[in-house]
Amino acid sequence: MEAAAQKTLTISLFMTLISISILPLLTFSFNPDEPTNRQILVLLDDLSLRSSHSIYFSSLQSRGFNLDFKLALDPTISVKRYGQYLYDGLILFSPSTDRFGGSLDLEGVLDFVDSGHDLILAADSNASDLIRNIATECGVDFDEDTSAVVIDHTGYAVSETEGDHSLIAADDFIKSDVILGSKTIEAPVLFKGIGHSLNPENSLVLKVLSASSSAYSTNPASKLSSPPSLTGTGISLVSVVQARNNARIMISGSLDMFSNRLFRSGVEKSGSLKKHGKSGNQQFATEISKWVFHERGHLKAGNLKHNKVGETGEPAIYRINDDLEFSVEIFEWSGASWVPYVADDVQVQFYMMSPYVLKTLSTNQKGLYYTSFKVPDVYGVFQFKVEYQRLGYTTLSLSKQSPVRPFKHNEYERFITTAFPYYGASFSTMIGFFIFSIVYLYNK
Amino acid sequence: MSEPETSQSTALRHAFGNVLSFFILLLIGVLAFSIRLFSVIKYESVIHEFDPYFNYRVTQFLIKNGVYDFWNWFDDRTWYPLGRVIGGTVYPGLTLTAGALWRIFHSLNIPLSVETVCVFTAPIFSAFASWAAYLLTKEVKGTGAGLTAAVLLSMVPSYISRSVAGSYDNEAVAIFALIFTFYLYIKTLNTGSLFYATLNAIAYFYMVCSWGGYTFIINLIPMHVLLCIVTGRYSPRLYIAYAPLVVLGTLLASLVPVVGFNAVMTSEHFASFLVFIIIHVVALVYYIKGILTPQMFKVAVTLVVSVGLIVCCAALAVLIALVASSPTKGWSGRSLSLLDPTYASKYIPIIASVSEHQPPTWPSYFMDINVLAFLVPAGIIACFMPLSDASTFAVLYIVTSVYFSGVMVRLMLVLAPAACIMSGIALSEAFDVFTRSIKFQLLGATQSPQVNKAGDTNSVAKNDVVKTEISEDSLKERPSRKNKKKEKENIEKASSVSRIEKASLVSRIEKRLLVLPLEASVVAILLLVLLGAFYVVHCVWAAAEAYSAPSIVLTTRSNNGLHVFDDFREAYAWLSHNTEVDDKVASWWDYGYQTTAMANRTVIVDNNTWNNTHIATVGTAMSSPEKAAWEIFNSLDVKYVLVVFGGFVGYPSDDINKFLWMVRIGGGVFPHIKEPDYLRDGQYRIDSQATPTMLNSLMYKLSYYRFVETDGRGFDRVRNTEIGKKHFKLTHFEEVFTTHHWMVRLYKLKPPRNRIRGKTKKSKSVSGSIINQLCHAVHVYYCETCSVTLT
Repeated sequence: MEAAAQKTLTISLFMTLISISILPLLTFSFNPDEPTNRQILVLLDDLSLRSSHSIYFSSLQSRGFNLDFKLALDPTISVKRYGQYLYDGLILFSPSTDRFGGSLDLEGVLDFVDSGHDLILAADSNASDLIRNIATECGVDFDEDTSAVVIDHTGYAVSETEGDHSLIAADDFIKSDVILGSKTIEAPVLFKGIGHSLNPENSLVLKVLSASSSAYSTNPASKLSSPPSLTGTGISLVSVVQARNNARIMISGSLDMFSNRLFRSGVEKSGSLKKHGKSGNQQFATEISKWVFHERGHLKAGNLKHNKVGETGEPAIYRINDDLEFSVEIFEWSGASWVPYVADDVQVQFYMMSPYVLKTLSTNQKGLYYTSFKVPDVYGVFQFKVEYQRLGYTTLSLSKQSPVRPFKHNEYERFITTAFPYYGASFSTMIGFFIFSIVYLYNK
Repeated sequence: MSEPETSQSTALRHAFGNVLSFFILLLIGVLAFSIRLFSVIKYESVIHEFDPYFNYRVTQFLIKNGVYDFWNWFDDRTWYPLGRVIGGTVYPGLTLTAGALWRIFHSLNIPLSVETVCVFTAPIFSAFASWAAYLLTKEVKGTGAGLTAAVLLSMVPSYISRSVAGSYDNEAVAIFALIFTFYLYIKTLNTGSLFYATLNAIAYFYMVCSWGGYTFIINLIPMHVLLCIVTGRYSPRLYIAYAPLVVLGTLLASLVPVVGFNAVMTSEHFASFLVFIIIHVVALVYYIKGILTPQMFKVAVTLVVSVGLIVCCAALAVLIALVASSPTKGWSGRSLSLLDPTYASKYIPIIASVSEHQPPTWPSYFMDINVLAFLVPAGIIACFMPLSDASTFAVLYIVTSVYFSGVMVRLMLVLAPAACIMSGIALSEAFDVFTRSIKFQLLGATQSPQVNKAGDTNSVAKNDVVKTEISEDSLKERPSRKNKKKEKENIEKASSVSRIEKASLVSRIEKRLLVLPLEASVVAILLLVLLGAFYVVHCVWAAAEAYSAPSIVLTTRSNNGLHVFDDFREAYAWLSHNTEVDDKVASWWDYGYQTTAMANRTVIVDNNTWNNTHIATVGTAMSSPEKAAWEIFNSLDVKYVLVVFGGFVGYPSDDINKFLWMVRIGGGVFPHIKEPDYLRDGQYRIDSQATPTMLNSLMYKLSYYRFVETDGRGFDRVRNTEIGKKHFKLTHFEEVFTTHHWMVRLYKLKPPRNRIRGKTKKSKSVSGSIINQLCHAVHVYYCETCSVTLT
């Protein structure tokens, strides 16, 4: 009986318990303990691609990735063993395959991404339904017309064969140093392949390289009978997706873009006087692969701390109008180590159904962000929330629950100045009654 | 009744009677306690229902953290994210009582668990309540009536329903406090003692601590005072009984955090202040009447009345203007629904949705007070002969409580003690008459004067006598205090002796006429005993069968024997073992207290329905389609949704049956939820005729998800029909746990999709939407033809 009583007591009332709930699913492919030595599976239509795209692959290998080349139809393909993924990333350079060998299929690729791994996908003018479906599931819609390619009669790359305007010199990049690196890409990127469109309501997918306003997507062999469904800047040539679990995907409509031939070739955009000796392809592809494989723009936040001003420990509960200090640490992965992330736009919310306090955090340039504020005059279960969403960076979404209580009965002022007339009234009445009683009872 | 009739000396007889009464009372206490143990014997020692779980949790906190922490307790596990200031919103009487009991037991080295103390608090206090009923009735009509009333109260089903072991709710102690406060009031009224007046204020304070029903006291007593004044029964004893109660009682009541300034701000308390003023005016008038000559008094009256009327009118106008300026006229919703029974159903669905706030049906009177319903009129008649201050109070009490019980079934609980007191008086008087008749017939007429001096009559007569004597006394010129007291005592003694003789003479004449034939008396006594036996049988049955179910554990009897449904605890245990400590669980508010107490998880709304908007939000989510519901729940950080489903085993009080209330309450705040959308031609149905809104609502989906897999056709045993939509998938919720009998189903909110899918093939999607629109058009057309043909 006694034990039962003790047990019920201990079970009861964990009201003071506060736990951290860090919202993003902590299943990054990116393992901070093993930032190097990462496995990537490369699926090819044809093993000759290995040599025709060798510059691209070797740039990956030189950055510490172990590439595992396999034919798309190789029956030994398997990305998962005993529930553990064998690879950290997947490169699908197999636009024409309509199935994968081994156990991998559409669901397998999507599960791979949903468990936080990265994907690079390149299609081509003969892209199979499988590849198109993978792209669609990631939010990228390739042109419905399977034989259509992107054609641009003003923005094409000048080449030997006059009239072939399907090799495009695209230079409409996304303005983001995080995705494309701090060094601007001078030369246009040569692109030959199919275009795709994005749903503007999809907040996860970004157009990295878009076609010019004069581009359109159609089958060059047939006569244009009806207006093309994809036109102008609506056409995206290369897009990236950052899923909600921060898995990163790049989808390109051209496999040739990554080839040694276009890496090396010079480029002259029609109508432009400037002739570049080397196309922007290599820089573009390399920089974007750095982003996809989390070598850039990957933030981590943690060490969320809050305490009353003048104290160090985290209190179980705050009182209304308490002054408190808040701090959080944010670091960015530089490719080799964690370096402090420096920004002036990180904010903290003190949130209960709506933010009661919204403050921009100051930073000490060493990764620590801090501020202090007064708890609002409202009690309830509040949360410290850090929601940080910036283009190209991983989404930071941290929250920590902390209740706020009203004053205790003995925390109010004992005497209020304005109430002195009332105190006076009650005491004078008491004294008066006492005197009256004495006079009345004994004055005879 | 208990008085021994043959006697040598009155002293010995009184002593014997007192000892007998004492043992009878002891046995009544044992009876009251033990009749409430059926729930423990038949089920187990658990806390029952919903509110008791909250009280239990609060008691645990109190015992662990002490009174001050309890007073300042901010609970962050309910009403997420608003939280609840428990100390300031709870009536602390019950909790403090149980806490004190626990402390006493532990100081005596009796290591009872908190739960045990909580379970047995109600039976203990029903024994106290029986004793209080004895005291009250004794003040009204003598010991015999008191004992009868105590017996009746100890097993009245209405009170048993709220005080079986495990029913750890406010009413458990509040009924005792109510009766005891009334007793002290009557005691003060009969004795005129300031000591009892002070005790009365303290008892009132305990009542205020215990239950919101204290407003019944603070309105009934002023009513009685007013009645006494109007009928010319004003006396200084009345003043002493009333004035200290108002002053001290109001001061003490405002110390209870949940009442606070309400004690002087709300209309529920205005009656007492008004009567407080009136009684002072009356006291002044009587005083002036005493010191002035009759002519002078007349002049003074005209002067004061004319001036006073003007002042009163002005004050009244101000008061009315003040009260009228507040939207609810200063009355709380629950109190308003007492005065106007249709108020709640019109304006406050959240009050109307609670079954115990509905008006009772006729059978429930028979069920809850049984034969008392027939004895009450006899008791009222008995109270009129002779009419004393105390008996007018008893009559007023029964009349008002009958009205209130007719408004709200829960207030049957207030009626029950009144009915017991009245029936006790009736039975006692009847036995008195019959036994006297028998005795008269057997012993002959010579000894009848002795009979008339028997204790009952004596004490009753004394009440009456003392009153008249003192009211006369008050008119006399006032001597100094001490002198007055002595003088009063002397007069009282002398006068009471003479009065008793006079009264006994009168009653002897009366009672000679009341003597009944021997056979008639014997038969009547037998019939009365039979009636009593019937009552006892009914009470024991009600205690054993009707009111002992803990509702947390259910049982049914079938051919294979007893079958136990322990699904609720199964689900709560699952929650407490498989979810994070800070996870939030959404359910309809009925299950809020249980979830926090048993699963120790944060809930969005609970049975303390203080925030209508928050409940309406949950109601709206339950009535919305899946996606909208997911968004609402996600904005409230909800992780799990709990629904109670009875269709599999035929448990009728499930969420589908409560669903219309969710729609109403939700629609009351969020107008896009409209009740007619969920009704087909005004009928609530879940079969194939149900409206699409109904079939797509979250509650329908969560209740009937995978239900068709149980029997292949989805037959709902509560609604006795096949469900309308059988095969469907959930997109935003996933089932995580369903109990053994499907009574509780737990769902988890799916996280938002990791990727956002692109558009599928455009040509197909366009044609698809056209087909959808066509379908919709056809459907609407079909529906219209339906209604046309039906009308």
